[in-house]
Amino acid sequence: MSDTVMTRREWLLTDRPQSRLQARLGRAYLTWSRFAANKLAVIGLGIILLLLFVAAVAPLLAPHSPYIGDLKNARLLAPSATNWLGTDDQGRDILSRLIYGSRLTLQVIVLVAVIAAPIGLLVGTAAGYAGGWVDAVLMRITDIFLAFPKLVLALAFVAALGPGIENAIIAIALTSWPPYARIARAETLTVRNSDYIAAVKLMGASPMRIVLRHIMPLCISSLIVRVTLDMAGIILTAAGLGFLGLGAQPPLPEWGAMIASGRRFILDQWWVAAAPGAAILIVSLGFNLLGDGLRDALDTRSGGQ
Amino acid sequence: MENQTQARRANKRASDILKAVASFVVIVATTYLGLLAVTFFIGRVVPIDPVLAIVGDRAPAHVVERTRIEMGFNLPYYQQFYLYVKGVLQGDFGTSVLTTNPVMADIRRVFPATMELATVGTVIGAALGIPLGVLAAVKRGSLADQVVRIIGLIGYSVPIFWLGLLALLVFYARLGWTAGPGRIDVVFEYTFTPITGFYLLDAVLNRDWAAFKDIFAHIILPASLLGYFSLAYISRMTRSFMLNELSQEYIVAARAKGLSETRIIWGHALRNAAVPLVTVIALSYAGLLEGSVLTETVFAWPGLGLYITNSLQNADMNAVLGGTIVIGSVFIALNLLSDLLYRLLDPRTRIR
Repeated sequence: MSDTVMTRREWLLTDRPQSRLQARLGRAYLTWSRFAANKLAVIGLGIILLLLFVAAVAPLLAPHSPYIGDLKNARLLAPSATNWLGTDDQGRDILSRLIYGSRLTLQVIVLVAVIAAPIGLLVGTAAGYAGGWVDAVLMRITDIFLAFPKLVLALAFVAALGPGIENAIIAIALTSWPPYARIARAETLTVRNSDYIAAVKLMGASPMRIVLRHIMPLCISSLIVRVTLDMAGIILTAAGLGFLGLGAQPPLPEWGAMIASGRRFILDQWWVAAAPGAAILIVSLGFNLLGDGLRDALDTRSGGQ
Repeated sequence: MENQTQARRANKRASDILKAVASFVVIVATTYLGLLAVTFFIGRVVPIDPVLAIVGDRAPAHVVERTRIEMGFNLPYYQQFYLYVKGVLQGDFGTSVLTTNPVMADIRRVFPATMELATVGTVIGAALGIPLGVLAAVKRGSLADQVVRIIGLIGYSVPIFWLGLLALLVFYARLGWTAGPGRIDVVFEYTFTPITGFYLLDAVLNRDWAAFKDIFAHIILPASLLGYFSLAYISRMTRSFMLNELSQEYIVAARAKGLSETRIIWGHALRNAAVPLVTVIALSYAGLLEGSVLTETVFAWPGLGLYITNSLQNADMNAVLGGTIVIGSVFIALNLLSDLLYRLLDPRTRIR
């Protein structure tokens, strides 16, 4: 058993990695193979990658303009070779609007995640590490927000801030951080008394440094899973706000708003409302599948809820 | 000696219970205050000036000023908040600009419609979701398990208002199996007298079977939609609770005793899974109250959700915030209720 050439797989899975990089790659490979064994999760990942791709090259993919339609000749046409998904009441190509709409969907979920996840992470780790009355107060506030119905609260926020996609994003972010705070706190509590934290403390690290450098990184993976699982809910809430006319305003091709405008023609030109709803369903299904797969692959401790 | 320890133990128990009750009261009070603080804040940052909404934009400056003082807007915020909380606790949510009624009276009128819809939805969701979850757990990894999983995942992913529109298109417009939007046909508008506000129940009380049939035809579609959402949640939770129970040792013991598989699954495992399931059903009921906002809009169902969205579109903030507070309160109450039920039903969580 001398130095035969290792296959790439053996190199990745070796018990004695030669370098930190090799160990990390090995871990990533294991996680990936656990993830890839779940077919539905891979489908979910495919859907999300497709969404990213479509959003990135929307102008190249869209066969027509998403904003300018032919009001004279092309109103409410049925799906055909020129307009694959038909046209809406203003003669605009629905497929092109869907393609451009993917950018809005992506904008909403990325911004909500970027606003809500750090808030939750900060509140949760601070509460968990500080303990005492800081913990009590922060968690009480978290619980208060958690006890609210999300959509109704978002509705009230948007009513106050005024309709528009930016305000919808703020409203959704304001209502979605509490679960992240809960998770971050729970993770913090499990590690705060461990030996390595005591060691860092002995070396004189400030609480700030301990939380930022040694606790937060450990919360990230469970947070990513939770955020991914929440994405579908965020998309649905944003679409709901759009449907009620409180999210993206015309002529933006937001999928929820497109359903609202197609609602008037549902009995005769059903495709106007059907297509954007199908898009929402596919994308949020993709996030749910991906989130489930990630949870199983990353979270080796517990098997879900 | 024996008596003394017993007495001490009883004292300890009493003080423990007192402590639990006190913390419960604190939780309810702070959560409710938090809800009111948020709605108060929203009501103050809203760009619509509540004074101008009443006196109109053309009112002279001194009238505006006087109304502002009469409405208490010259007071510091903490006093305004105090007055606001006092008002809400007395059931005073202000007057709706749209309907000119007190918001509380409006809500009292529309709320039973929402409750009825959410109740029928939960019944449908539990009646289908629990057996499906049990089936998925018992035949873990089988095709049936996968199908239940996919049904659930789609339930989590589909926009309810879109599914509602398609359901109306297919079952009402094309097939004609159900009635259209609304709660009851106009034909019954003058002959049907609501008693409790729950129309299905009212029809039974009135022995008005024609009306019952019509009301049922109206409620079945939106309630099934809501039921699908609670089915997605309930079946997933039932599956995981059942898997947990089926791996316990008492199941092995029951099998060793020679009990039938049916008896083991439905009599033993499900009965133990029922404790957490009750809390799941309570939470799903709360979720349906929220889901009703969009469903009611699609089905023109005259409930609280439609009231809120109509008020939103007319910038009627008192009505919006009143509706938010009511839904929020029910939500909080159901959350606490599920927590309490869990403690009552599961002997392991009782205070020792």
